[in-house]
Amino acid sequence: MISDEKTQECMGVIVSGCPVSPEFKREIQELCGENVMSCYQCGECTAGCPAAFAMDITPNQIMRMAQLGLKDEVLESKSIWLCAGCETCATRCPRGVALSKVMDASRQIAVKSGKTCAEPNVVKFHEEFLRQVQMFGRVHEITLIALYKMRSRKFVDDVLAGGQMFLKGKLGLIPSIIKGRREVKGLFRK
Amino acid sequence: MKYAYFPGCSLESTAKEFQESTQLVGDAIGVELVHIDDWNCCGATSAHNLDHRLSVALPARNLGIAEGMGMDVVAPCAACYNRMRSAEVELKANVKLRDDINADLEKPFTGAISVKSSLEVFTTSEALAKVSDGIRKKLTGLKPACYYGCLLVRPPKVLGFDDPENPQSLDKAMETIGAEPVEWYFKNECCGASFGLSKSEIVVKLVGDIISNAKKHGANCIVTACPLCMTNLEMRQAAAGKLRGEDLTMPVFYFTELMGLAMEVRGIKKCFASHLVDVNSALDAITADGAMVG
Repeated sequence: MISDEKTQECMGVIVSGCPVSPEFKREIQELCGENVMSCYQCGECTAGCPAAFAMDITPNQIMRMAQLGLKDEVLESKSIWLCAGCETCATRCPRGVALSKVMDASRQIAVKSGKTCAEPNVVKFHEEFLRQVQMFGRVHEITLIALYKMRSRKFVDDVLAGGQMFLKGKLGLIPSIIKGRREVKGLFRK
Repeated sequence: MKYAYFPGCSLESTAKEFQESTQLVGDAIGVELVHIDDWNCCGATSAHNLDHRLSVALPARNLGIAEGMGMDVVAPCAACYNRMRSAEVELKANVKLRDDINADLEKPFTGAISVKSSLEVFTTSEALAKVSDGIRKKLTGLKPACYYGCLLVRPPKVLGFDDPENPQSLDKAMETIGAEPVEWYFKNECCGASFGLSKSEIVVKLVGDIISNAKKHGANCIVTACPLCMTNLEMRQAAAGKLRGEDLTMPVFYFTELMGLAMEVRGIKKCFASHLVDVNSALDAITADGAMVG
């Protein structure tokens, strides 16, 4: 239930000018089992986050926004895509909340709802990666790099390092295709 | 000891020296690694970012095949290990999800086996005793910064074979072979992992922090157990040095390469040729007095 953009009260906090979705925290909990309401804003997650320097909204602010139902702000943030999944926050949280899982759930909700992603190249990379797995059952790095570069239009980046890896025999030309790829494809359907 | 071996995509390509050295060391200390037939990719970061069920289902197929072999799984790649172990724990706890996924699998996973990291298996006290017995040249003079990164130690509730804030297994392995691991602050910090291609500027910053701290504490190399860490540390150190205005040239090894070197297992030196960063400065630091008599 998304209300109109009028000033409204959520958890005793006045949120003005933003649509509020109180059901967002339940969506998150259903997907990943984490209860964002446990967070008491100590900031330990942000203090230890290796990617916080590049984020537009800090990790503890993401938690607060999720508590308040500021769904659009969370889903449209760069931060959910800049979380590296290193689990430092989940390890150190004194309330036992795995913010890393809240980030995973937010990404999944964002993709499902067709939101424009604030870090499109990160999503493109993941999509190409999974397409490889769906096709071959494994990841073929040269094909992955080539397709990712076509989609992100980052043609010249890292050509030197890629060439060096190729010369050292680290990037094979022939993809390794598994026999059970139909079975693997079946895992993608749900 | 016999294990079902899960190489994963990286060990078949960018981390082939990790694969070679893992097998050589396994042979030398009596850890038999039997390939899981027709294994598939674990889904890595991409699956758990975009589709939770898939991130459990992809490892489940491998776990089902391994269970048919009747052996616990060893996965050297930290990312594969983390994904496979996370799936194992979830499938054991969530019967509904397990039944649902098993319905799609030719070989179901019932929860009879477990997933281990090669670091875990190669650093038990029995394994290290065998390494110690096999040493032909102690690596005295080598001062590695033992770099665990994220995926081998976190989340501790799921992995739990080493301390998440001050892990020791790599350090113990290095001490066993006569190297002198340094005390430093970044042993469990993140390298940026899968952002290597899509957000390389994040990786450059993090790699700079890591190598600079290792240097400050007197390390002459970094040792890792993760192919993603290796690729990022090797590939981004030049750019990181430029960003920080420091010389961050630093050889990086897989721990198995150094174990193999100390035991002088045949074929181990071939691994060093695969590195993007020349490792000779570190090898030259190993002093001659480490050679064992007889």
